[in-house]
Amino acid sequence: MRPAFLSPQRSFKPAMTAGCAAAFAMVLAPLVAIIWVSFFDNKIISFPPKGYTLAWYAAAWDMPRFRDGFVTSLELGAVATLVSLLVGVPASLVLARGRFRGREVVQSLLMAPLIVPGIVAGAAFYMLLIEFEVLTGIQIATTFTGLAIAHSLIALPWTIRLVTASLLGVDSQLAEAALTMGARPLTVFRRVTWPVIRPGVVAGALFSFVISFVDLEKSLFLVGPGTTTLPIVIVNYLEWSVDPTIAAVATVQILLIAAGLVVTNRYFRLTRAF
Amino acid sequence: MSQITLSHVSKRYGALTSVDDVSLEIRQGEFAAFLGPSGCGKTTTLRMIAGLTLASEGTIRFGSRDVTHLPPFLRNAGLVFQGYALFPHMSVAQNVAFGLEMRKVERAQAQARVMQALALVKLDHLADRLPRQLSGGQQQRVALARAIVYEPEVLLLDEPLSALDAKLRNEVRNDLRRLQSTLGLTTIFVTHDQDEALSVADRIVVMSAGKVEQIGTPREIYQRPATRFVAEFIGSTNLFPGRIEAGGRFVTAGGESFAMPREGRRDGASTFAVRPEQIRLTKGATGEGDGFGVPATVSGIVYRGALTEIVVQTASGAPLVAHLQNDGRDGEVRLEPGDVVVASWPAGAAMLF
Ligand SMILES: Nc1ncnc2c1ncn2[C@@H]1O[C@H](COP(=O)(O)OP(=O)(O)O)[C@@H](O)[C@H]1O
Ligand SMILES: [Mg+2]
Repeated sequence: MRPAFLSPQRSFKPAMTAGCAAAFAMVLAPLVAIIWVSFFDNKIISFPPKGYTLAWYAAAWDMPRFRDGFVTSLELGAVATLVSLLVGVPASLVLARGRFRGREVVQSLLMAPLIVPGIVAGAAFYMLLIEFEVLTGIQIATTFTGLAIAHSLIALPWTIRLVTASLLGVDSQLAEAALTMGARPLTVFRRVTWPVIRPGVVAGALFSFVISFVDLEKSLFLVGPGTTTLPIVIVNYLEWSVDPTIAAVATVQILLIAAGLVVTNRYFRLTRAF
Repeated sequence: MSQITLSHVSKRYGALTSVDDVSLEIRQGEFAAFLGPSGCGKTTTLRMIAGLTLASEGTIRFGSRDVTHLPPFLRNAGLVFQGYALFPHMSVAQNVAFGLEMRKVERAQAQARVMQALALVKLDHLADRLPRQLSGGQQQRVALARAIVYEPEVLLLDEPLSALDAKLRNEVRNDLRRLQSTLGLTTIFVTHDQDEALSVADRIVVMSAGKVEQIGTPREIYQRPATRFVAEFIGSTNLFPGRIEAGGRFVTAGGESFAMPREGRRDGASTFAVRPEQIRLTKGATGEGDGFGVPATVSGIVYRGALTEIVVQTASGAPLVAHLQNDGRDGEVRLEPGDVVVASWPAGAAMLF
């Protein structure tokens, strides 16, 4: 046995456990509260509840704006994920492997949406689309197309980040080894490159979808009649009334995302992509 | 297996010429080593042979087949990378089977050949493991099995031993040599380690700054280096800068005058060279022995086990290193710093560059 003073982990352990517990509590408390409230049988949210009911879920589903917002957000998430994969996967492969002039610049540009505050980026994009409309007469702002472009941009850095990460630490000569053994480029991708980057691609797709689905700031200026995303419907609703309907909507959203994470994690360990 | 021929092959990256007008011939079944310092273009040359890098100029042939413009998957070369590059998501057997699969070899036959190749590298018992479950030496052997299983026309090895520890390196080197001669593989082995090249290769291609300095057997390369670079890079050598005087003697910068060797380059030579193991030190003698020698004073003695390294200084202060075998045949070396000696060498041992 080594003396206790040689194993610092040991003395840290209770403190570590307490710290982790506190962090978990902080993360989970609001979620638990929202889910709990969504079952309250009160019109005005107050503690303790009079009783429990599922009525708010039915009420939310009966309100077209929530249903439409939900569908719009689903569609946007799907489009954003698709576009970010189509652009992000090839970009990551080139960025991680290629040696070319301006590589860092391209990489920084692709990551830029992560550092610009969402509301600023949203406003800037809105103004760009308005200018475009003034010049060409084609309306993109407040249409689904405009939202889709914006959401694809939100999702792209995540895909690139995760796919690039999955390529790090993997021998960069795998593809060349396959080529010399007689594999044509498409076969190399199918048999070697794809299996190696798959965890990163799945994680990238998942994050793209989630980031798009919950986005509020960047969409704020871009939504229009018939193309309003769920988070914005929620904000609008909260301006006029605070009742458990909103908690029910939020609970559905939380469960949907959690389900996505769990299902993805079944196919590969998400931690491998980070 | 084929003969590999490079004719006037060059590779340029912008202004940098990595490989400069290289012409050479690796014979069928031969074990050739590309030897040179880091950055001299060995990997680039190997990659051009494999087709992973396209030559800027020149022609590359496998046998009579011109492969200069063929992509790697149509060349049929076997390549072992410095980092092995095993597919992490495939088992050892699947890794080895990959080349056969690409050649559409029928399944049962492929399986038999995979096991045969794994047996050759003594890894048939680990066929179902994943690469990350193997040691470095084992991964290296999988990479080798994977490269030879489909009977490539040439086996290319890029510093295959550099990631192994010293003991393992010798073992793998000997295994490699045995395998190569049993199978009659035309092999090109890249290394920056002269001992590796000398001990394993039939012929060595010494490279420097993208150019071929000399091609020859290990013995030729060591005993008759074609250039000063080769003499310095392989083994150690005493070098005296100077010039040839009218009288047919070589006069060093410090003023010593040596008799000329009978062969070797003469016109315009500016360096006189002699290997340490060729030098005899005679205590108390004067003059210059049989015409090939110089008076000197012992300045340092380093015992190195099999040999003793003795540093002497000539009258002009130029250092000269002599290696004396500690085999008792020369008589026990009884020299001490300050002793006056004559350092001499056989006429045929002196080299001019
Ligand atoms: N893809 C490349 N782009 C630019 N320069 C390169 C490239 N590959 C190799 N070089 C340069 O070519 C020279 C030879 O490299 P290399 O063949 O790897 O040398 P060695 O294998 O002998 O150490 C080096 O100066 C290296 O920097
Ligand atoms: Mg190299």
